[in-house]
Amino acid sequence: MSASAGLDSAAPLEPPVPTQKPIKTTGLHIGEAEPGCRKVDPILVVDNVRRTFGGLTAVDVDHVEVPRGAITALIGPNGAGKTTLFNLLTGFDKPDDGKWTFDGRSLAGVPAYKVARMGQIRTFQLTKALGLLTVMDNMLLGAKGQTGENMFRALMPFLWRNQEEENRAKALDLLTRFKLDTKKDDYAASLSGGQRKLLEMARALMSDPTLVMLDEPMAGVNPALTQSLLDHILNLKSQGMTVLFVEHDMHMVRHIADWVIVMAEGKVVAEGDPHEVMKNPAVIDAYLGQHHDEDIGEDPGTETENVSAIKELLDDER
Amino acid sequence: MDWGAIFNNAAVELVSPTTAAYALAALGLAVHFGYTGLLNFGQAGFMALGAYGYAISILTFGFPVWGAFLVGVGASVVFALILGIPTLRLRADYLAIVTIAAAEIVRLLFTTNTFAAVTGSANGLSGYKNEFAALNPLADGSYGFGPFTNNAYDTWLRIVAWSIVILAALLVWQVMRSPWGRVIKGIREDEDAVRALGKNVYAYKMQSLIFGGVLGTIAGMIFALPRAVVPSNYQTTLTFFIYAILLLGGAATVLGPIIGSMIFWVLLSFFSGFIARAVEAGWLPFMTAIQGGQLRFILVGVAIMLIVIFRPQGIFGNKKELAFVR
Ligand SMILES: Nc1ncnc2c1ncn2[C@@H]1O[C@H](COP(=O)(O)OP(=O)(O)OP(=O)(O)O)[C@@H](O)[C@H]1O
Ligand SMILES: [Mg+2]
Repeated sequence: MSASAGLDSAAPLEPPVPTQKPIKTTGLHIGEAEPGCRKVDPILVVDNVRRTFGGLTAVDVDHVEVPRGAITALIGPNGAGKTTLFNLLTGFDKPDDGKWTFDGRSLAGVPAYKVARMGQIRTFQLTKALGLLTVMDNMLLGAKGQTGENMFRALMPFLWRNQEEENRAKALDLLTRFKLDTKKDDYAASLSGGQRKLLEMARALMSDPTLVMLDEPMAGVNPALTQSLLDHILNLKSQGMTVLFVEHDMHMVRHIADWVIVMAEGKVVAEGDPHEVMKNPAVIDAYLGQHHDEDIGEDPGTETENVSAIKELLDDER
Repeated sequence: MDWGAIFNNAAVELVSPTTAAYALAALGLAVHFGYTGLLNFGQAGFMALGAYGYAISILTFGFPVWGAFLVGVGASVVFALILGIPTLRLRADYLAIVTIAAAEIVRLLFTTNTFAAVTGSANGLSGYKNEFAALNPLADGSYGFGPFTNNAYDTWLRIVAWSIVILAALLVWQVMRSPWGRVIKGIREDEDAVRALGKNVYAYKMQSLIFGGVLGTIAGMIFALPRAVVPSNYQTTLTFFIYAILLLGGAATVLGPIIGSMIFWVLLSFFSGFIARAVEAGWLPFMTAIQGGQLRFILVGVAIMLIVIFRPQGIFGNKKELAFVR
């Protein structure tokens, strides 16, 4: 038998499974699970948010609510507007119009740093580790309300030394959980891509956020680390935080998400429980285009990435 | 050739007030460029505001030394605000363009004949030293040893200049190891990441611009005290010399700008003494004395290039950092 044949016959790689059994939160919505449906206890409410780039409408969301205390996945094909929506909701970009509230407070026009201070913390799709700062300094930067961050009080270390020690202990604890504690004195630039994702997430947690928004937290993270990342995200929920994350890995979405919002071409096209929503024709349309062939995916030779994504969606064995 | 005199003159520069002024201005740039990542190409403008603010306050308004000092500092705070408010929200390169233009505007405003009664136009200002000399607690006489022997006024000036440099260095060192400095360095690495962590990046950049600018302004005052205030001293080349000093010493360091300035001035003095005497002795028959005066800058440039090639992180910079320069 040739080597390549041996490879072909190898069992397909098992998708990562969280080591703890996720406890799904249910009963999040009111009425039908349809795009823009109301939630029992929404933390984030978005109304008529629109963002165009020249002639292209990147985001056009009529109404969407993100349930509190749950893990919500935001999915959709490339270019659906997920990252743009994240940027708008966190103050990194300004919409053409629209309004949205976080925890009952209106956020339209609020600058990014104030959004973060209110407890809505995000990470970036393209990781932003602060390369020439140590891993520990990256973490410490995440802590809120630091006395020593005032220029004049910075001159008087006795004012902030205790707080600094507390933050350091907390950072070390988080780094240990993310298996980065041995790296704490290295430059963040020396971390691998996956480790930077972990660092960015750990850093976001330094501020004890109420809503954590993760833009593709798993991209580039190896399967072993993915498992612990899934656990971390589940832990956030058990600690009372709300999680909204963008992800392309459908297995992961199905495993940890309590609710799924599907975007396509800037609009919310479907919402629902992760197992139900995948069967929604609107979702299949979103991934395959409106006029997809009836029998695609039969011939493995023509199988595109979108088709395999859909197969993943429909593959509900777990 | 009189090597003794050449070395003696070079050693004089080690602690001269001009060296102190350049060190302080470079320290200001270290705050801007090395720590915050702000491309300020208008440090000469900040220095001009210090020199003119001090001189005009004393000559035209009869202010005491501390009043004149505060006027200079106030002027540079206003200057930093004018530069920063429109540009600090934009990409880094906009600040570079605006600062280089603004510094030239400042210099040209001091040069134009319109305000000659106050600014002295192209001839500049002099005769503002008595107020500073009057504060001198030292009795007349000569102080120091060897090449560092000076009269009472020059010794007083050196003491004040270097005390300010040391104080400023301690100040920079302390804030940069505090949480404030951590935010500042974070902004240099990626300001969006810092913003996402709830820090008001715009306010921090403004504080940094003002802080480094005020250091440049005080440097301008020290620079003015041993000489007259002449507008042509504050050209863009001054900013570039200060950048050279900063890169020589190490951009994100406290000692770098100070030692860098010492090396720069000692080398400059050494080469100028050497070339002048070499021309005199007929070693360089193809060159006039004036050409020799230009040659020293070329030689200093070559020396700095060599240091930057063989020690690109600067003298005090951290070698490890270089491994990650994008
Ligand atoms: N700054 C910009 N200028 C112009 N067009 C943009 C800009 N940012 C995003 N777009 C466009 O907006 C659309 C949505 O982009 P966005 O990054 O939000 O997609 P996404 O859903 O995050 O995709 P992916 O899954 O690939 O990350 C794309 O068509 C993109 O080309
Ligand atoms: Mg994206």
